[in-house]
Amino acid sequence: MNRGSRPWLVRAVLLVLLVAVTVAFPKVFTNPAVTNYGVLALIFVTVASAWNIFSGNSGYISLGHAVFFGSGAYAMGIAARDWNVQGTTVFALLPLVAAVGAVIAVIFGLIALRVRRHTFIVITIAVFFIFQLAAFNLRSFTGGSAGLNSPFLNWPSSGYNTPFYYIALAFAGATIAIAVAVRRSRFGLQLRAIRDDEDRARGLGVRAMRVKLTAFVLSGAITAMIGSVWFYYINQVEPQTGFDPLFDLLVVLMAFLGGYGTIAGPVVGALIIEPGTLWLNTQPQFSGGYLSEILLGTVFLVIVLFVPRGIVSTGGEWITRLRTRGRPAVVPAAAGAVPGGSPGGPAAASTASTADATKYPPPASRASKGGAR
Amino acid sequence: MTAVLRTEGIKKAYGGVQALNGAGISVDEGTIAGLIGPNGSGKTTLFNVITGYDRADEGQVHFAGQVITNAAPDKVFAAGLGRTFQLTRIFPRLTVLENMLVAAQHKRDQRHTVRRRAMELLEFVGIDRHAGLLAGSLSYGQRKLLELAYVLVADPAVILLDEPAGGVNPTLINLIADRIRELNSQGKTFLIVEHNMEFVMGLCSTITVLESGAAVVSGPPEMIRSDKRVLDAYLGADLEEEEPDE
Repeated sequence: MNRGSRPWLVRAVLLVLLVAVTVAFPKVFTNPAVTNYGVLALIFVTVASAWNIFSGNSGYISLGHAVFFGSGAYAMGIAARDWNVQGTTVFALLPLVAAVGAVIAVIFGLIALRVRRHTFIVITIAVFFIFQLAAFNLRSFTGGSAGLNSPFLNWPSSGYNTPFYYIALAFAGATIAIAVAVRRSRFGLQLRAIRDDEDRARGLGVRAMRVKLTAFVLSGAITAMIGSVWFYYINQVEPQTGFDPLFDLLVVLMAFLGGYGTIAGPVVGALIIEPGTLWLNTQPQFSGGYLSEILLGTVFLVIVLFVPRGIVSTGGEWITRLRTRGRPAVVPAAAGAVPGGSPGGPAAASTASTADATKYPPPASRASKGGAR
Repeated sequence: MTAVLRTEGIKKAYGGVQALNGAGISVDEGTIAGLIGPNGSGKTTLFNVITGYDRADEGQVHFAGQVITNAAPDKVFAAGLGRTFQLTRIFPRLTVLENMLVAAQHKRDQRHTVRRRAMELLEFVGIDRHAGLLAGSLSYGQRKLLELAYVLVADPAVILLDEPAGGVNPTLINLIADRIRELNSQGKTFLIVEHNMEFVMGLCSTITVLESGAAVVSGPPEMIRSDKRVLDAYLGADLEEEEPDE
């Protein structure tokens, strides 16, 4: 098989190209209106990937990640205000922000992770509203409905977005790398076992609560950090923007559009949805931004109904189907249908389908393959 | 012979239904023990209590010199007690090999060894050629084999099998029985719940009969086969005394 080594080469070349393109982006497009798209898109790539590290692997859908995002923004704002931190030294507060996110995730997780599925989702929403209400009402601490302004960064206004672009890019890259590492680790395997059958996993020695909580804390800490970066970029945070219910829906939509539980999925989803909404909201004829929300709702419906496993997974299958057209349908046999009868079944057929399966990975192995895409 | 697994006076009620009523069993080290009884007699509930999936209201579970009553499932497994489920439970969206690795407790540098061991066990149950497939694409019988194999990965001292022969074809039943015998000869202890009498009688050295949540008799297969109480329990000698099933 001489094709064995080629996918690696192709992937390496693609990865280098991707890095080159993302690094060169603000050099080529210097217009701040364009780099703005880049910064926000990368912030959401980070958030969606961080969300996916927890929710995509464990199957616990969090609709409360805005808790971390907003808390990160507020933690940075409050610390900078109270300790009089100025200029670029504010970024030295990032570890503190991560710690705040982690502590919140521990408490949040110890409550919410006791329940599963729908109940878990409802609790994450409830916790989210507690945080939003707290931000509105603890006026002396959070600034109430006026929110907080970030301290002034004396970066030249002409290329103001560029440093933020690279900070967001670093976060996005690091988060994707963490997602890949988690996917390949024993920890990631335990998470996915929990997703499939939590009780069975416990019966095989998986300490479910510890594993889930670790993933939740990891995800929360990353989200809090990128939340504080967002705060500095936007220059202010208010309760309804820091703790935005639409934020949670957007993140989930990004992950589902791209491919829930895959590495590339949330990245693709964020790169489509965030610039898309931004563009729609800046078009004067769609005044007020309501159209983008209606469209988002429609996209959500279409995805859930027709491409529930997302672009990356379903697209991969379509490509496979195109490539195998005219040949025996090996893919359904390997991926979907139940091979008949006993294990002593036709050995030749089984071996063949295994060989094909390595060539054309079945849906779930797409995740590991998806990493380098 | 010393009892490696022993329960004493386990009671468990679901609302008004007394599923276990003082159930006591004892499994000697290195044996294959059977647990039989009519539907609703509490066999699976007893399994669940032993392995931490259900909490006992009363009574104690002793395992290898420790009391493990109401310990969490992961603790019970870590102590060396593995189990399979009546309705086979595998991880459908993980590959067969990944399923095997869930139970493997290992450090990073042992990764290679663990993988090889997992492949050996898959070979042992005859599904190694499916290692790369999603477990959800396996047939029911293959899932049974996978479940047996992945429990073995962590090398538990005692394995509880809940209906290993249920719903699988005769060839596979023979394969499973054969594998159990081989593992037993390597020193593994088994406790098996099974409705297939031929399977139980052929495999087990001691059989305990459970009825209405209590052990009515325990002994070698020949004795069980001819015991009047067992025949009563299964056939219902006196209809007036019979407890409603399930």
